[in-house]
Amino acid sequence: MAASSPAGPLTRLMAWVDERFPLTRAIEDHATKYYAPKNVNFWYLFGALSLVVLVMQLLTGLWLTMSYVPSGDGAFASVEYIMRDVEYGDLIRLAHSTGASAFFAVVYLHMFRALAYGSYRKPRELLWLIGMAIYLVLMAEGFFGYLLPWGNMSYWAGQVIVSLVGAIPFFGEGLMEWVRGDYGISDITLNRFFALHVVALPIALIALVFVHIVALHHVGSNNPDGIEIKDHKDASGVPLDGIPFHPYCTVHDFQATVAFLFIFCAIMFFAPEMFGYFLEKPNFEQADPLKTPDVIAPVWYYTPFYSMLRATTFPMFGLAAKFWGLVVMGAAILIPMMLPWLDRSPVKSMRYKGLASKVMLALLVVSFFVLGYLGTIHTTPMTTAIAQICTLIYFAYFVLMPWYTRIEKTKTPPERVT
Amino acid sequence: MSIDKDATSVESKGRRYFLIGMTSAASVAGAIGAAVPFVKSWTPSAKARSAGAPKICDISRLRPGEILAPMPAWRGKPCFIVGRTPEDVKRLETEQDDLADAASEKLDRQPAYARNPWRSRRPELGVYIGICTHLGCSPKHRSEEGDFYCPCHGSRFDLAGRVVKGVPAPDNLDVPPYSYLSDTEIIIGVDGVDEEDLAAATHDASTERA
Repeated sequence: MAASSPAGPLTRLMAWVDERFPLTRAIEDHATKYYAPKNVNFWYLFGALSLVVLVMQLLTGLWLTMSYVPSGDGAFASVEYIMRDVEYGDLIRLAHSTGASAFFAVVYLHMFRALAYGSYRKPRELLWLIGMAIYLVLMAEGFFGYLLPWGNMSYWAGQVIVSLVGAIPFFGEGLMEWVRGDYGISDITLNRFFALHVVALPIALIALVFVHIVALHHVGSNNPDGIEIKDHKDASGVPLDGIPFHPYCTVHDFQATVAFLFIFCAIMFFAPEMFGYFLEKPNFEQADPLKTPDVIAPVWYYTPFYSMLRATTFPMFGLAAKFWGLVVMGAAILIPMMLPWLDRSPVKSMRYKGLASKVMLALLVVSFFVLGYLGTIHTTPMTTAIAQICTLIYFAYFVLMPWYTRIEKTKTPPERVT
Repeated sequence: MSIDKDATSVESKGRRYFLIGMTSAASVAGAIGAAVPFVKSWTPSAKARSAGAPKICDISRLRPGEILAPMPAWRGKPCFIVGRTPEDVKRLETEQDDLADAASEKLDRQPAYARNPWRSRRPELGVYIGICTHLGCSPKHRSEEGDFYCPCHGSRFDLAGRVVKGVPAPDNLDVPPYSYLSDTEIIIGVDGVDEEDLAAATHDASTERA
């Protein structure tokens, strides 16, 4: 096409917009001329899938608020109303509850990818920290949302988690009352959790996800080799091992989204309760402040940390075991933030790290699963002992990292991606 | 002298820092002031406080060895009102080796009149907040074992709400303030040290009868 040929209406519209808003530049910077490493694999799909789930949660959540009643008297009944009387209400509700579990599933896989390929290493420290902030907000979002159906497990799990605040010396009791706005979990607590769940935290989540993507597009994706594609560019400044995000990555992400939605729908249609792991039995009974369910367990995505809390059974330095449980749980959730500075390996990717790193990562994954399972069942002295060992392994992965990553023998990564 | 030149002069720099300092100080004071209503609005409202008013419980049908049912609630928390047999009372006085705080040394866990081996005003009747001091579950009364057992994390308390050693719960169950109105009625939420206070609370419109 010669430059002198008259432009079509679409081109002229784009030109009109571009004069007033950097649309073409944004599309180029973030899609058609944003280069991703050509060797990214299966593990790189979960970032895009998290975004898909976020949109699904926002949409189904918005629809749920249209029929949900945030009050101690009305909440449980309104959820039943949504499930039985609202047209397609059951699907929207189950999409939201299944979506919560799906969100954590894809986020955990996304985080595992970062651990395996060293995606938290320089220059992606801030990207990692923003990601951790998203994870923390997501945990809070899930916790506040879990109280809203006002089932008996909602109520007592809420009671237990809020009681954790009470373990803080001196201020604990007062802080607990402040968080609840009452002497126990009540209608008042439900209302403020609703406000936080549907207004405050979604805004924080969207803002953080935006910043996460801005940071990602500034430093570029890591890859399974853990080397920088920006080190080798052609004459026009395009990374030699890069491919344009659109259409090459978008088409993969689109395929993955379809496959993911197949699995998602299968769970939503045929096993939305996931045998009590996604929706727990006691939650089909209304909240009863006078009757504790036989086993109180948080939803599966918190159970590894809950196990660590329960495994802390001994007082130290004159402070109660309960307080140390809170400290251990908090530390376990926050310690991954230190990863960029704990990892002293000369290489980023697990492909080129030594045996020690591989064994430690495998142990971390196993202990996380074991803790997760133990958090859903009754404690016995045996399970407590296992949970204590797994807690030690979990922390060892992080605390010992500066040593085992430095001592072990690593392989030399290739110059160019494989 | 042009405006631009004036704005970058040394004197105007001093003036600018002064203005920035003053506005910053005023903004911080304003922000703290503005934070007060936001923070305070999360504390229990007047409605929540009045719902926490004293509660009268009829104990005429409670027999020794049993727990009052349906369970009354004070401030939204379950209250254990247990009748104790003479044998139970004797056990409370003698079997104390397994207990973490047998003498009720933690003062904020009970009113002064409940700092005795049976942790109550009268030995044959105990009144406890039925919330485990570990993480806030509600323990279950086991009449055969003669104790309270928390199903969540396995904490155990004796019939005086005293926690046994080696369980997750750090403290004894709380004893709420309570008083006898007569031999068959108690009021939870009132210490009743003052006869007038007691009379006022009893006739308070917000006082619930259970």
